[in-house]
Amino acid sequence: MSAEAIQTRRDWLLSERPASRVQARLGRAYVAWRRFSANRLAFVGLLIIIALLVVAAFADVLAPYSPTFGDLKGSRLLAPSAAHWFGTDDLGRDIYSRIIFGSRWTLYVVILVAIIAAPIGLLVGTVAGYAGGWTDAILMRITDIFLAFPKLILALAFVAALGPGIENAVLAIAITSWPPYARIARAETLTVRNSDYIKAVQLMGASPFRIVLRHIMPLCISSLIIRVTLDMAGIILTAAGLGFLGLGAQPPLPEWGAMIASGRRFVLDQWWVAGAPGFAILIVSLGFNLLGDGLRDALDPRSGDQ
Amino acid sequence: MTAALSVDRLEVVFDRFRALKGVSLEVESGESFGLVGESGSGKSTLLRAIAGLAPAASGTIAVNGKQLGARRDKAFYREVQMVFQDPYGSLHPRQTVDRLLQEPLAIHGFADGEKRIQRALDEVGLGTGFRFRYSHQLSGGQRQRVAIARALILEPSILLLDEPTSALDASVQAEVLNLLEEIRRRRKLTFLMVSHDLAIITHMCERLMVMQNGEAVEHLTAGDLVERRVTKDYTRNLLRASEGFVRTA
Amino acid sequence: MSTLLEVDDLRVTFPTRTGLIEAVRGVSFSLGRERLGIVGESGSGKSQTGRAIMGVTPPQAEVTAKTLAFDGIDLLAASPRERRALRGKRIAMILQDPKYSLDPVMSIGRQIVETLRTHEKVSKAEARDRALAMLEAVQIRDPARVFDLHPHEVSGGMGQRAMIAMMLIAGPEMMIADEPTSALDVTVQLDVLGILDRLVSERGMGLIFISHDLRLVSSFCDRVIVMYAGKVVEQLKASELGRAQHPYTRGLLNCMPKIGADRHPLPVLDRKPEWAA
Repeated sequence: MSAEAIQTRRDWLLSERPASRVQARLGRAYVAWRRFSANRLAFVGLLIIIALLVVAAFADVLAPYSPTFGDLKGSRLLAPSAAHWFGTDDLGRDIYSRIIFGSRWTLYVVILVAIIAAPIGLLVGTVAGYAGGWTDAILMRITDIFLAFPKLILALAFVAALGPGIENAVLAIAITSWPPYARIARAETLTVRNSDYIKAVQLMGASPFRIVLRHIMPLCISSLIIRVTLDMAGIILTAAGLGFLGLGAQPPLPEWGAMIASGRRFVLDQWWVAGAPGFAILIVSLGFNLLGDGLRDALDPRSGDQ
Repeated sequence: MTAALSVDRLEVVFDRFRALKGVSLEVESGESFGLVGESGSGKSTLLRAIAGLAPAASGTIAVNGKQLGARRDKAFYREVQMVFQDPYGSLHPRQTVDRLLQEPLAIHGFADGEKRIQRALDEVGLGTGFRFRYSHQLSGGQRQRVAIARALILEPSILLLDEPTSALDASVQAEVLNLLEEIRRRRKLTFLMVSHDLAIITHMCERLMVMQNGEAVEHLTAGDLVERRVTKDYTRNLLRASEGFVRTA
Repeated sequence: MSTLLEVDDLRVTFPTRTGLIEAVRGVSFSLGRERLGIVGESGSGKSQTGRAIMGVTPPQAEVTAKTLAFDGIDLLAASPRERRALRGKRIAMILQDPKYSLDPVMSIGRQIVETLRTHEKVSKAEARDRALAMLEAVQIRDPARVFDLHPHEVSGGMGQRAMIAMMLIAGPEMMIADEPTSALDVTVQLDVLGILDRLVSERGMGLIFISHDLRLVSSFCDRVIVMYAGKVVEQLKASELGRAQHPYTRGLLNCMPKIGADRHPLPVLDRKPEWAA
């Protein structure tokens, strides 16, 4: 595409007089994208997350060996080499392949938790904030009860009750991670509920349900997205923690936390067995954190819309 | 003939603070009525109480002869609409003008939204070029025009105006005041307008009420003010202050 | 009349994502011991002019001028330290809302005392006496009580008086007042202006009064500068405002509703692109 065509397209996006709904929306997204991509570190974070997605999608192609079947006779606990980049574990499985397949489980956990926890938090927080009074008191005390326990302990209790397994681990993490979102959404709601633009919608005769859903929630979503992204690292670590304690993913699933747990026995002599998945967790957590920071700058509604 | 708006001994109490201490007024249909006072006089509270945004502790409010209950129904909002003081705070920051104007139509189930939005934008002198802008892409005067369009789109008969021009530059203020007058003439609206500026109220309204500390000080006509026929010292002070600084040395 | 401030070709430029924005484009004027009003609408550059003189322009902006001299001192060549010493001591500034310019966690009296003691070596007792005297000078009825109050405990008018007291305590020779009364009720506004007027004339200070309100400025100041789009479009004596030449000044005067003048619709300003050229 010629430079001129790019220029006109940019003008179209940045137009002060959008001619259609679509153009207005795209223009807004483009401004946020420009703000985001100006931040190098955030860009690195985004690349890491994209890489994670690609690896998870093409795990079958990328992994040189099976993640679950190893060569018990000839390749137990081999050190990293050209044949096995990250070495092999005590059952002779290629760690590199296991980490590639493990990315799927990591994504599975992270996405499911976000899909379950964020909407619950958003709903509880905005309803509590907008309704006030008794509703607010009851909802926020429930939130406080969840917040009073350390996350991992509470998740442990839930998994212990539900039974070990990755689905139950996801459920337990989701149940324990919505309260902070509810708090954020409530705080955000309190700042906007008395603003004139909400008053104006009330004067249109809008129902409280409509006001919360269509006017308050959209304002809370960006701070929630930022917070969820920043929490992704914590979710991965909690999932890994549960896996490590044997309450999350069950063998032979190549989940990173469970891999560290099984590698712990040889950590002094065969460090790569625990080290490689640990490093993978570190990188992905870092990616989500950088991405979250960048999103905070790009999406923050208060950081000037010009 | 019943008054478009009648307020009788209205009291508003916030946490034991009596913001309105039994205020009564009647506004005829098609009339423009002004409320003047300084901050804390209760003039904005009166407006908000009528709109249902401030709780009435006692007293009654009636619109077109129909007394209002504690909860306003949808029909009320089709009769009475409001324009707020701060054009920067009264438009949703994440919505385009189009979306802002669509909302009241969606709530009240109008089918001909497209036509109404076009007409409302034309009426406030914005045209369709502004339709898909976000509020941060508009100047203060343009925002206030959007707010007026939003108030008009449900075709109310009474418009409550809470210092609609005090956040605007003088030249923009003149444009918005002219627009309001023109709309009132064309649609035969009833205005209840709040301002701290006597000159604006005398320009816009036929009758007015001066307020202080949640009470009515006096009822006047615009003509009374022009000819300085005021009886209370407080009003006289306001009148003097509106003429600018006078050196006393 | 001696010249206190000399401004020649003052420019303030802000870098933005889309290029440079010139907020002030070549403003020139001089100030003696008089009341000078700067009037303009939002975006006219009037506040940025005041800030540039005071030296409180945001750091990313660039300030240039052929001359920007206060009492012979070149303000643009002065070191940040010298400028800090000038601020408060010899040049003072009052801002629109006292809520934002007074420290919320310090009592009003202590703020005045601190201001005085940064600029002059005086004992605590003397500083307190002078602060009380100053509070009395701005017509606060019970200075001893107000001395111990915090900014949120006083009304807007009282806060602005305290602000004026704080600004005048070190005896500045020039004061920049940026919309000092816009946040106040009209009657309080006149009281505050009366106090400001008396203090300025008693102490022989130079005052730059920045406002959007042409009527108020013309009744209060000796001379008026009208700004539009970063430029001075007209300079004239306040008493001769009725004979203003520039269509912008005349338009501004005309478009305000007046009691007794029955003009429907109000004349509106027809902005000409050549005014900004």
